[in-house]
This record gives sequence, C-alpha cells and structure tokens, in this order.
Amino acid sequence: MENRLRLLRTERSWSQQDLAERLEVSRQSVNAIETGKYDPSLPLAFRIAELFERPIEEIFVSPSSRSSKAI
Amino acid sequence: MLRTPAWKRYNWRVVWLSLLYAAFLLAAVYGFKHHLLSGGVAYLVAALPAFPIIGIFFAMGRYLVEERDEYVRMLMVRQTLWASGFALSVATIWGFLESFEVVGHVDAYYVAVIWFAGLGVGSLINKFTVGDGGC
Repeated sequence: MENRLRLLRTERSWSQQDLAERLEVSRQSVNAIETGKYDPSLPLAFRIAELFERPIEEIFVSPSSRSSKAI
Repeated sequence: MLRTPAWKRYNWRVVWLSLLYAAFLLAAVYGFKHHLLSGGVAYLVAALPAFPIIGIFFAMGRYLVEERDEYVRMLMVRQTLWASGFALSVATIWGFLESFEVVGHVDAYYVAVIWFAGLGVGSLINKFTVGDGGC
C-alpha cells in the first residue's frame, strides 16, 4: 500500500529511528511501512495518524481509490 | 538481527532450556549405560531430554504472544511456518524413502533438529522476499 510516511517524517527532519521510537516499534518496521513492503495494522495506522495529526486517508493511499483513478 | 525485549526474553529461555536439555540427556545416557533404570522410571528418564525441546517450542509460542512489534512478529510467524513446512516435508520424504528401504532408519526426534534448521531457511526466505531476515 502506498503511503506518505517518508514525506511526513522528512518534513519533521526525523530519522527512521526517531519515528520508530515515537511509535514504539523497530526501525525495520518503519522502513518496511515506508517502502510499502508491510501494511500496518489498523491500531498502528491510527497511532501513525495521531502522531502526524492527519486523517489516515491522508497518509495511506487506498488501493481501490488508486485503481479507480487509473480507470 | 532485531533485538526487541520479547526476543531477549526468548533467547534467555532458550539458553536455560538448552542447558536443561544437556543435563537431562547426560543423566539419561548415564542411567541407561550403567543399567540403573527399569520399568516406568526407564520410560520417564528416556523421555526426559524431550521436555526441554518441547519447552523451546513453547518459548517460541510465548515469544509470538509477547512480541509487541507487529512487523517483527509477522517475520517470525513466516519463519516458523517455513520451518514447519520444511520439517514436515523432509520427514514425509524420508518416511517414504525409509518405507521402500532406499535409506536407513533415522530417529524421529531429528524432526525437531530439521525444524530448527528450517528457521534458518525461513530467515533466508524472509531476507529474499521481504528484505528483512528478522530474528
């Protein structure tokens, strides 16, 4: 799933480790989410959204909305 | 290598269980070698080294319950699934080879050894597919 996590993180000049500590996950988790290799659970997605004070859909791109735009 | 608090606890449990396994195995070998055991006690002592190994399987289960990092947990679940599939496949193939007398007999507890080797296989597959070997 595409997301804007890396953009939001770099806007705040946070390293992956900084974000990982704020989310209480490993740096590897942050990297996997940013690169789209791993889709976070709903609770973790909410934690990310609350940390950046944005709605979830502003951070994570719905795969269905992407495909409908392509059509 | 991802060293989460749950992983550290798992490692300590495995270290203690491995020491217990060595102690039980030595005791059982000594007991049978010197013909000190018979009847029900012999069955119990013969099975004794298996219990710490079962404990390691339980420790793995506890680890999966205790791990708070969901991505790391997912990697370990994948790793254990690969290990289980690998061990069961090797055991099944070997079973048929043994039935048709193409190969010699191997003791059943080697399935556990193959499962532990399978964790290494799972870690490699994680590395090549997700890009993270995990623990």
